[in-house]
Amino acid sequence: MGSASSVLTQYDIEEVEEHCDHLFTQQEIVSLYERFCQLDKNAKGFISADEFLSVPEFALNPLSHRLLKMVDGLNFKDFVAFLSAFSSKPTLPQKIEIIFKVYDTDCNGKVTFSDLIEVLHDLTGSFMSDKQREEVLSQLLHEAGYTKESSLLFNDFVKILDSPGLKMEVEVPVD
Amino acid sequence: MSKLNKSNSELDLDRPNIEDYLPSGSLQDSHPKLRLRDLLDISPTLTEAAGAIVDDSFTRCFKSNPPEPWNWNVYLFPLWCLGVVVRYGVLFPLRAIVLTTGWIIFLSCYFPVHFLLKGHDKLRKRLERGLVELICSFFVASWTGVVKYHGPRPSMRPKQVFVANHTSMIDFIILEQMTAFAVIMQKHPGWVGLLQSTILESLGCIWFNRSESKDREIVARKLREHVNGADNNPLLIFPEGTCVNNHYTVMFKKGAFELGCTVCPIAIKYNKIFVDAFWNSRKQSFTTHLLQLMTSWAVVCDVWYLEPQNLKPGETPIEFAERVRDIISVRAGLKKVPWDGYLKYSRPSPKLRERKQQSFAESVLRHLEQK
Repeated sequence: MGSASSVLTQYDIEEVEEHCDHLFTQQEIVSLYERFCQLDKNAKGFISADEFLSVPEFALNPLSHRLLKMVDGLNFKDFVAFLSAFSSKPTLPQKIEIIFKVYDTDCNGKVTFSDLIEVLHDLTGSFMSDKQREEVLSQLLHEAGYTKESSLLFNDFVKILDSPGLKMEVEVPVD
Repeated sequence: MSKLNKSNSELDLDRPNIEDYLPSGSLQDSHPKLRLRDLLDISPTLTEAAGAIVDDSFTRCFKSNPPEPWNWNVYLFPLWCLGVVVRYGVLFPLRAIVLTTGWIIFLSCYFPVHFLLKGHDKLRKRLERGLVELICSFFVASWTGVVKYHGPRPSMRPKQVFVANHTSMIDFIILEQMTAFAVIMQKHPGWVGLLQSTILESLGCIWFNRSESKDREIVARKLREHVNGADNNPLLIFPEGTCVNNHYTVMFKKGAFELGCTVCPIAIKYNKIFVDAFWNSRKQSFTTHLLQLMTSWAVVCDVWYLEPQNLKPGETPIEFAERVRDIISVRAGLKKVPWDGYLKYSRPSPKLRERKQQSFAESVLRHLEQK
């Protein structure tokens, strides 16, 4: 388990930086590599679902299985690209893209009423009844000018989530 | 916590308010009216999840930080090489001889004492205690252990237990050379297990098995019996339940704190300049760990025997455990984390996730009612 920068060359770091649109600094990429190697216990080149779930703070998050689908089995380059939405520099649409992907489980570019209900179910568990969830969502959709049957597109999300800005930043510990 | 149920198979019985440590995912209270945006905005929850992927306090507890490599320049490298030669070629053989001598002396005294003095229990026990302290001193000498003990030495009184933070099995040896404790330990395989079943058994040690859920009740009973016996060796418990890397403490299991006796905290801190004493049991066997210690320069540590604590009126065992963990962490300069050490071996209970869901659901319903 030697120091990370001896395994990651300068070329690798620059390639990863390029791949994530320069949203992480080179130092942050080195730290992320150390973390990647720490989670990838048998140096397979990717982190399995089980290894993600061995982080208790991640396992108890209500949306962990949705993120897991997006991050399971990624190699380091794609891992960094995924996390770049949580860095300090992405634009609002870049941040909203990840939120949209979490909702759009069948990846068809449309978020339907049932998709919304499912995510709300993850967040509230058994502490709200299905009826309550449906009621709240229909009401709020109606107030925002949509109906139960309308599917939300990416641009709708941008419109709804625009004000007053999305705070979605994760700090990468740099030693 | 009023919500704890008494089921013995749950791992999170020992956990107080984890919400105090983790951020909650409830809605902002500044906007009285609930809007679509508030429900659609899952960014706080996603940020927490991504934050956990990037860095989390639990994994940090078990990370052995390798010391900064200092031997990379042309002057220091030969010095380091010389050091390696001295450590492996001179110190290690000397230490191996010391340890072997110790074992020979110990075994040649222990077996006669154990078998010949079968009838004279009090004398036999005293001699056995002395012999165990002796072999532990030999062990400590074999790592060139420099241990500074602070505070009053433990006394043999009934109705008291000793608790300490746990970094490696050598914690036990270091404490044992001063006082012959009876310890509660995980049963190990191999030569360690053999030692456990023969010699440590005579000290009154208690074994447990992490993987058996019914074990907790049996062990709790054995603990109570031991503590109430006047003649038994003082009981040493490591309430963390697992080895942690000596920079953090994980949550203390409440078993030691609900026996109705005085708890005497002991804090142990190793000096990492000489060697990293953290035993990562998933990465090394105990034998490899010992060999690593025997080929380092020294094992330097501080042991503080702290003021005995009693359960305060109105305090639950869990609060008592947290209070003692606080005392030990402050003394040894360790940071506290809100995780159960057993999460190394299993997933967190769904209760924690449910608490987050509950707080979010309640916040949504509350905002709804405000219309």
